[in-house]
Amino acid sequence: MSDHNHDHHDDHGHGHHGHDDHDHGSVKSYVTGFILAVILTAIPFWLVMGKVFDKSSTTGFVLLGLAAVQIVVHMVYFLHMNTKSEGGWNMLATIFTVMIVVIMLSGSIWVMYHMNHNMMPGMTSGMAHDMP
Amino acid sequence: MQDHMTLSQLIFGRLSWEAIPFHEPILLVTFIAVALGGAAVLGLITKYQLWGTLWRDWITSIDHKKIGIMYMIFGLIMLLRGFADAVMMRAQQALSFGDAHGFLPPHHYDQIFTAHGVIMIFFVAMPLVTGLMNYVVPLQIGARDVAFPFLNNFSFWMSVFGGMLTMASLFVGEFARTGWLAYPPLSGILASPDVGVDYYIWSLQIAGVGTLLSGINLVVTIVKMRAPGMSMMKMPVFTWTSLCTNVLIVAAFPVLTAVLAMLSLDRMFGTNFFTNDLGGNAMVYVNLIWIWGHPEVYILVLPAFGIFSEVVSTFCGKRLFGYTSMVYATVVITLLSYLVWLHHFFTMGSGASVNSFFGITTMIISIPTGAKIFNWLFTMYRGRIRFELPMMWTIAFMITFVIGGMTGVLLAVPPADFVLHNSLFLIAHFHNVIIGGVLFGLFAGINYWFPKAFGFKLDEFWGKVSFWCWVIGFYAAFMPLYVLGLMGVTRRMSHFEDPSLRIWFVIAAIGAGLIAIGIGAMIMQFVVSFLRRDKLRDVTGDPWGGRTLEWSTSSPPPDYNFAFTPRVHDNDTWADMKKNGYERPLKDFVSIHMPKNTGAGFIISAISFAIGFALIWQMWLPAVVGFVVLMAAIITHTFNYKRDYYIPVEEVVRTEDARTRLLESHA
Amino acid sequence: MSNHNATADSSRYFVREHHPENGTLLGFWIYLMSDCLIFACLFATYAVLGRNYAGGESGAELFDLPLVAVNTSLLLLSSITYGFAMLEMQKKKLKPTMIWLAITGLLGAGFIYFELYEFVHLIHEGNGPQRSGFLTSFFALVGTHGLHVTFGIVWLITLLFQLKKHGLTPENGRRLMCLSMFWHFLDVVWIGVFTFVYLMGVLP
Repeated sequence: MSDHNHDHHDDHGHGHHGHDDHDHGSVKSYVTGFILAVILTAIPFWLVMGKVFDKSSTTGFVLLGLAAVQIVVHMVYFLHMNTKSEGGWNMLATIFTVMIVVIMLSGSIWVMYHMNHNMMPGMTSGMAHDMP
Repeated sequence: MQDHMTLSQLIFGRLSWEAIPFHEPILLVTFIAVALGGAAVLGLITKYQLWGTLWRDWITSIDHKKIGIMYMIFGLIMLLRGFADAVMMRAQQALSFGDAHGFLPPHHYDQIFTAHGVIMIFFVAMPLVTGLMNYVVPLQIGARDVAFPFLNNFSFWMSVFGGMLTMASLFVGEFARTGWLAYPPLSGILASPDVGVDYYIWSLQIAGVGTLLSGINLVVTIVKMRAPGMSMMKMPVFTWTSLCTNVLIVAAFPVLTAVLAMLSLDRMFGTNFFTNDLGGNAMVYVNLIWIWGHPEVYILVLPAFGIFSEVVSTFCGKRLFGYTSMVYATVVITLLSYLVWLHHFFTMGSGASVNSFFGITTMIISIPTGAKIFNWLFTMYRGRIRFELPMMWTIAFMITFVIGGMTGVLLAVPPADFVLHNSLFLIAHFHNVIIGGVLFGLFAGINYWFPKAFGFKLDEFWGKVSFWCWVIGFYAAFMPLYVLGLMGVTRRMSHFEDPSLRIWFVIAAIGAGLIAIGIGAMIMQFVVSFLRRDKLRDVTGDPWGGRTLEWSTSSPPPDYNFAFTPRVHDNDTWADMKKNGYERPLKDFVSIHMPKNTGAGFIISAISFAIGFALIWQMWLPAVVGFVVLMAAIITHTFNYKRDYYIPVEEVVRTEDARTRLLESHA
Repeated sequence: MSNHNATADSSRYFVREHHPENGTLLGFWIYLMSDCLIFACLFATYAVLGRNYAGGESGAELFDLPLVAVNTSLLLLSSITYGFAMLEMQKKKLKPTMIWLAITGLLGAGFIYFELYEFVHLIHEGNGPQRSGFLTSFFALVGTHGLHVTFGIVWLITLLFQLKKHGLTPENGRRLMCLSMFWHFLDVVWIGVFTFVYLMGVLP
């Protein structure tokens, strides 16, 4: 009955047995992500501070769209999100979370808009916003 | 607000001797009883010199089995407190008609129904469900513990200390009078300036941290630590429902945390989230809290569904019918539970289009549950059914839960809900599904897995007494409430004028009395089983002819669960192994890597309790000091890198040889 | 039932030595997803209350967009400096790792400084969180993000001490990866904040 010295297990920490399924990026990928993020930040600031579009709603949609793209840039270039990390569970968890967030945000806005509209009859949204 | 506070105010805040209810006889008597009982327990522990064992083997244990047992003990003790509240409510409502006003003024009664709900959901149902999942899941997947054993211990103590904060409100100060969800503006600082709502908030915040971490723990455990060969579709159904439950926990509890934090900001700092003026909106609270609240009830019931699947297949001697559809049904319920929340406040004015959408989704979510019922029935069909206690609870569940589910579908119709919202019909419905579903499931699970945890079965006679008292008592207690609700009686009332209602309340009170006997019988069951344990002993580890891996271990299992990790080839792994002539290995054991016990979880939780108490009573200096100590304790703990050890191979050999001898002597 | 010849290796039902995969990174990722939901709550609340000025000042009147741009740049830079720290960690270079980490911490501290400056300024002018539903939800959302960054900095400092003490062990590697995920996640949330709160908040 041999009594192995098992301390060497701590060196590879019971996790990675030779293979490493984590993408760690490179200088190039970080810099690429950074530059993309800078562009995707500068444009929204310019759109708002320069009052480029006439309608707020247009500006709003473009801003949200650019934000969504930049979030993906961060996920890919900084967080190294791919379908393989942790056997695909990272991606699954992310998709599930995004779904829940979308449901929560859209559901809450839809419900509260209707509620405010029905329960404060006669008030325009401007009046409601400035109620002391 | 004074310009500056004296040192005494900074230390003691609004805590004073007046906070202790010397003038309330019920509370005084309760306190004396608790103090005497507590002193007796502490005295016995000291007399038998058990403090060392208690600290080393239980309080600091990171073993999922010990933690699971402690969760169960905690939940069952809190059941007694929550049920005491229920008995008082039933008594009050049976007595208080016309000129008679019962024995509970509204001020007191309102705290009781609030505490009843909070305790039953957060400190009975959640711990019992978590405890069973904790105990069973690692064994079912062939693992030696959960993914994060230290976090497991920490989660447990956070839950306990959260519960202790609610219990403290009984003797120091008061509890909330808002109902278990504490809607503003009633729970805001203007309408509830006293400490009650603060007790509520901090109890749930502390316990909520524990629950969230436990959710992450079990998800990672199930994803990462399954035995080789156990693909997702070969997992036991209880493990599947546990996975979905813990996904729900991770996705829902942060919402509760955020909402309660916002409420506490409104109360402590005068912000305007939920105020009536200055741009606040109380319905934001209601909306968000139910986005948490609906998934919460599925968190409670999905593990129960899992228990029933295991029990039905075991006691019918058959593989579960429709495994794949069970899995799909569970996943669909998980997803759909996020699309129904508004049905809890149809009447709040969101209008026809919104109400119709949520009414339809609510009706749709009943379909996968119905599919599960059919699968259980088809499993029973042509099976060799054994009516042991777990199976009896399961059949009671099937009848009771289906009734409750049907009243739920009734309530899902918005026009009907406009009549029945917040009536006793609603109360009857949710007790119907929670008791019929969750509690009966927990009782089935306790009777089923008790022999695994302790090595002897539970006494059958007292179990049957408990069963019949609970079932008959439940129907007697809650069917009258359906009638009362349809007649228009509102919930949370402590006094009535119409004497024609009284008979229904009296029947309900009798039902509560029957349930009380049922609980007494359950306590007797535990006591008698312990006293008769040698006659009830099981040495095989598999007293029921189980089908899943936990039944392959000894009862109780060794610390390391499995000397060798099992290799899985099929569903119902243990049944498969038994059928194919598996032979238990008798030699060539190795030393086993295990995590170390630690007191850090208990200590950090205790500090959290102190901070919560300080915040409640606005004892700012102790709160700040407590926070600094908390950070120091956490950071110190992260400097501990030596968290594991090896069970020497000699000890493994000794344990396995002892089991070999035991099995041979009884073969 | 007994068969003294059954050994573990030959059995189709056992694995003699099994090392389950380490779950720390997945567990931390899942925790981040739960944190995402806390922020989603705060965003939802801001979406509903964010125009309730209660007769007080609006975002257009209060927000200092150039300051926000500076803060955004600081946080974005800190993301890439953390990335460089991780690259050095892969090359097993302790000192450069610690230096890039320290730079990240300093950039984070700068972010917090400017944010506190903005908060103090607002409160000083009577536009604190108690003024209106808009300001309450603003301070809650931006403040919670700032609190997270602060905790991240405390964690970073703690890790620097632990790196000094133990070096680039696998355990410390895991901790660095967790903090990396945390830090980048905070930058992702900030994208939401500067877009939805600040930029859209000044639109009429």
